[in-house]
Amino acid sequence: MIIETVKDKLRGLFPTAAKPAVAEHEAEKPEAAEAEIGVFDCNYAKRGYHLDVRLSPEQLLTAVGILFDHGFFIESITGVDWIKDGQLEATYDFCRYDFDLCRIVVRTRTPRANPILPTITGIYSGASWHERETHDFFGIVFEGHPHLIPLLLPEDADFHPLLKDFKA
Amino acid sequence: MSEPIVLQPDETFILNVGPQHPATHGVLRVKMTMDGEYIYNAETVIGYIHRMHEKMAENRTYPQYLPNLSRLDYLSAMAYCHGYVLAVEKAAAVEVPERAEYIRAITVEMNRISSHLVWFGAFVMDLGGFSPLMYAFDDREQILDLLEAVTGSRLTYCYFRFGGLYNDVDDDFIEGTRRFVKRMRKSLKMYHKLVTTNVILMKRLMGIGPVSAEMCQRYGATGPVARGSGINYDVRRNEPYSVYPEFDFDIPVYNEGDSYARYKVRMEEMEQSLRIIEQGLDKLPDGPINPEKKPKTIKLPPGDYYTAVEAGRGSFGIRIVSNGDKSPYRLKLRSPTYSNMHLFDEACRGMLIADALAFMGSLDLVIPEMDR
Repeated sequence: MIIETVKDKLRGLFPTAAKPAVAEHEAEKPEAAEAEIGVFDCNYAKRGYHLDVRLSPEQLLTAVGILFDHGFFIESITGVDWIKDGQLEATYDFCRYDFDLCRIVVRTRTPRANPILPTITGIYSGASWHERETHDFFGIVFEGHPHLIPLLLPEDADFHPLLKDFKA
Repeated sequence: MSEPIVLQPDETFILNVGPQHPATHGVLRVKMTMDGEYIYNAETVIGYIHRMHEKMAENRTYPQYLPNLSRLDYLSAMAYCHGYVLAVEKAAAVEVPERAEYIRAITVEMNRISSHLVWFGAFVMDLGGFSPLMYAFDDREQILDLLEAVTGSRLTYCYFRFGGLYNDVDDDFIEGTRRFVKRMRKSLKMYHKLVTTNVILMKRLMGIGPVSAEMCQRYGATGPVARGSGINYDVRRNEPYSVYPEFDFDIPVYNEGDSYARYKVRMEEMEQSLRIIEQGLDKLPDGPINPEKKPKTIKLPPGDYYTAVEAGRGSFGIRIVSNGDKSPYRLKLRSPTYSNMHLFDEACRGMLIADALAFMGSLDLVIPEMDR
């Protein structure tokens, strides 16, 4: 099963796991899990994905590299504005083409005041548009992106419509 | 990929295709750097009909958002609505009666055929053959009439409800659909005779616009584009939803990766959809189309949910982040054309401009879905 292999590899990213990095987390108490970092098993029937990987921006490239090597393709990249925590979350969805079904969500958070994340366009070329779109909507700057100009918004857009404090 | 040739700036010129060019089928613009007739570099510019559907979702309740989904991909709108209702039903644990599930599958597949027919007609027209478009639209008209009688609309369907359907199908629909399946089988034979085996078409498409499986992985291409590159991936099969496991159908896959392979994949998909429709009509159970107990207000438990369905152009995904409110905290629409079109920039380098337009047609673009 690919899920076990990938889980082991990803778990290797969190060496100082005082408590087990792999833990069940249920929909009823997401608040507790939000801030935590680690690899979480998910209830696929309910959530629609198998693994939830929460990591810091520095670990992002390594984790995405692991997924690429294991034949995952990129579904999408998006953001979520957690205005109460003062953080922006970037969410990366991955899936595989074969019948060993495994959906993985990688997410990382960055401060709302100065949102900077590394680009993954070096690994997945298709991330380019997704990152430009996330930059349009949330203002997250993807460091190292070759062409970070507005994609869906007008070329002179200086607003980020999906931020929760955006007023039209 | 081969080393890019370094050109002197005065040897190339910029050619602007679109945003109002007939071959782009919508407001899509491609800025091409040309070396004579050959494309040296291309940059796709999208966003001309961006409507911010994702922000609209945050300002509406879950049922109020239903009509938005069919405005994404106006050609296979049914599949997009299906994805959304499945996503909400899964998260809110709403039961769906079996009859409703079957009718959903039947109508989605009919819509898939009508979508592929538009692509078929328009694609062949791009290549210079006008008559197939007329034949295709004649067949499509039958589907639109059948669906109109049941759903109330011809293009932007809002037929699915959480837990069921807006309207039950009647005997006229069932008989009409059976008649259509027979008719369509004949038409497909004619299309193959008229178009598929046409030497001019084969010469225009074979070996043109090669897309490798590795490229599909990097760009996240799905649907007929991936299946034309030897990737056996169809959400209906790989991640079965609704009543699709009940049906016996094949997933056409071709290894060539060229435009002709993508053409053949879509043509065969229509045949497979006919099989699904036929089986669906045979197995259609009696019973209610809406659940007895339906929650008055739809609220999703806090958390995030991902659901994918196979739309006409590939895997359409919905990610809903809920905070327990009546409307989503965040809703992301993952549209297949977006990823499929993205690989155009890389794949068209070194191509003749006429071939690049044939390649673009084989990607089956629907711009409103890309721009959202």
